[in-house]
Amino acid sequence: MSGGLDRRWIYLAMMLAVALPILWNGVTGKTFPESPTPPSQACFDAIEALPEGSRVLVSFDYDPASEGELAPMATSFMRHLMHKRLRPVVIALWPLGPTKAEETISNVIKADFPDRVNGRDFVNLGFQTGNEGVLKVIGTDFRKQFPVDRSGTPVDRLPIMEGITKVGDFPLVITISAGYPGGKEWVQYVSSSNPGLVLLAGVTGVQASQVYSYYPGQLRGMLAAIKGAAEYEALVSAAIDGDGVTPPRYTEARRRMAPQLFGHLLLIALIVAGNAMYFAQKRCKAVAP
Amino acid sequence: MSGATMDASGPAQGRWWIGLFLVIAVLVAIRAGIGEGMGRVYVQTESTSYASTTNEQGRVTWSVVADGTDGAVTIERDLFRTAGQFRAAESAAPGQQAIRVSWDRTIGLWLAAFFTLAVFSFLAGDNPAYKLTESIVIGVSAGYWMVVAFWETLVPKLLANLAPDMVKAWCMPNLEGGAFNPIALIPLGLGLMLLSQLTPLGRHVGRWPLAFVIGTFAGLKMVSHVESDIIEQVRATMLPMVAFGDDGSFAVWASLRNVLIVVGVLCTLAYFVFSVEHKGAVGRAARVGVWFLMITFGSAFGFTVMGRIALLAARFEFLFIDWLWLIDPKGERGMKVVATLVSCIVDMT
Repeated sequence: MSGGLDRRWIYLAMMLAVALPILWNGVTGKTFPESPTPPSQACFDAIEALPEGSRVLVSFDYDPASEGELAPMATSFMRHLMHKRLRPVVIALWPLGPTKAEETISNVIKADFPDRVNGRDFVNLGFQTGNEGVLKVIGTDFRKQFPVDRSGTPVDRLPIMEGITKVGDFPLVITISAGYPGGKEWVQYVSSSNPGLVLLAGVTGVQASQVYSYYPGQLRGMLAAIKGAAEYEALVSAAIDGDGVTPPRYTEARRRMAPQLFGHLLLIALIVAGNAMYFAQKRCKAVAP
Repeated sequence: MSGATMDASGPAQGRWWIGLFLVIAVLVAIRAGIGEGMGRVYVQTESTSYASTTNEQGRVTWSVVADGTDGAVTIERDLFRTAGQFRAAESAAPGQQAIRVSWDRTIGLWLAAFFTLAVFSFLAGDNPAYKLTESIVIGVSAGYWMVVAFWETLVPKLLANLAPDMVKAWCMPNLEGGAFNPIALIPLGLGLMLLSQLTPLGRHVGRWPLAFVIGTFAGLKMVSHVESDIIEQVRATMLPMVAFGDDGSFAVWASLRNVLIVVGVLCTLAYFVFSVEHKGAVGRAARVGVWFLMITFGSAFGFTVMGRIALLAARFEFLFIDWLWLIDPKGERGMKVVATLVSCIVDMT
């Protein structure tokens, strides 16, 4: 800005716009209501449509750098799958994905669904290196890429893996992705070559605009950034908790919507003010002799 | 605050930074003195005994057994506990050691808080704390990737094929197969040729594995791109301009949406047709295409802003909830410092 405003005032304003709503939420415990958009509703409906006991492939394609956006999605997906008595088979195309998956399993399954047995009701098969090469191979031979689970047990001995030979044997695949490899690669290498397979993606804000063009054809449903996570979280909470109180660990995405609102309002105000000043200066120069 | 950026040189700047970090340290010290402290991590140690059995195929299986079983291996691991659980245990049995402070994890938490603040401090200007944090991030990332590449690629994909018995005895007791696979010599050779790029004499040798990688990747990408990004996307654009609902009635919004998609695709493509001069109908279509492009860029920027604010909010939540214990949205500690302060102020006024 040519007016000489130090940009650090803007940083300070943004800090307050994000921090104060977090403190406000921490004091009051209140969140904004969310109404689902079609991509988020489609994610919810695709999981609801599966019969009990169905196996779902869930790929944790992110690391701690994107946890703020994607961990709430992973938590909601896992909670929904467990509530519907579906059986998630977890894999990862990112090296830190299995650790994030373990955190989600610990926070959701071990905390609220302790009767579910590892290897029978859920399993973490860990990370495989190779990016899209992994996706290409699991299209024809799933066990070649994932021969053992994360603790070293061969998948042949896991009841949850009975009859699974290729990725097309899963009725539903979910990718929670932060970039490459992620949602785009799952569409390119898995969805396109398996027409009957239902693919859902939870993606970061940066990735959302790249992946949106695949919805609703190649992607049945999509959670776009923290807004999509909050919408889906609200849907899952309404289905499971009804009018009751949702445990606070399942409100993470909705808690982050108040900072979003005020952060965006500040940004809009800055854009409007910047443009107003620009045109005002232009007019002044035109009027000046 | 003067000037858009500040460098770390000069005694005045040095004093400014020392002053800023001292102010932060004093504020943290004041916060630590209020209520029941802050920034501690509690754990409870859980012991599990395992015994191994080996079947006829030589496959090793570990299973949980009762403590004290002959030949069992006991593994201890720390489970996270909250401050609320620690207080409850203390009130039930003062001086108990079942739930305790984990000093190594507590130090890790404080380091994470310091590094977060150090990265934020770059917004005010470059400084030694930021430089230190940046170097640590790069070093840790490089080290982590090296370890991952070794254990996830070199050992299971290469060594396990070249020397299966050694790998099985060393680190992968449940390794399937077990026969020497000569095909693994090809990636080994290509890998060594690639490393020769590090030597001035062997640069030309390194081009062969690069050519292999590029050729394979291009072939892999080409098929998937044509299928998913051209054929499927063209198919998705072939939409009825007049849409009808399931009951046969005219669907206004669906029709408008389809028209918008088709017009948007055609106009945007018109903008990228450079072999025809952008005049007349083509020019007008190209101008409309530019508008569609601008809206696309705007929405991408909006999504990016949303993502960045979410990440910023997550870091603030870490500072406020895990480190400073200002708020307790998950109800893990049973104390809310900000809420208490607010109610005190309300009572006083």
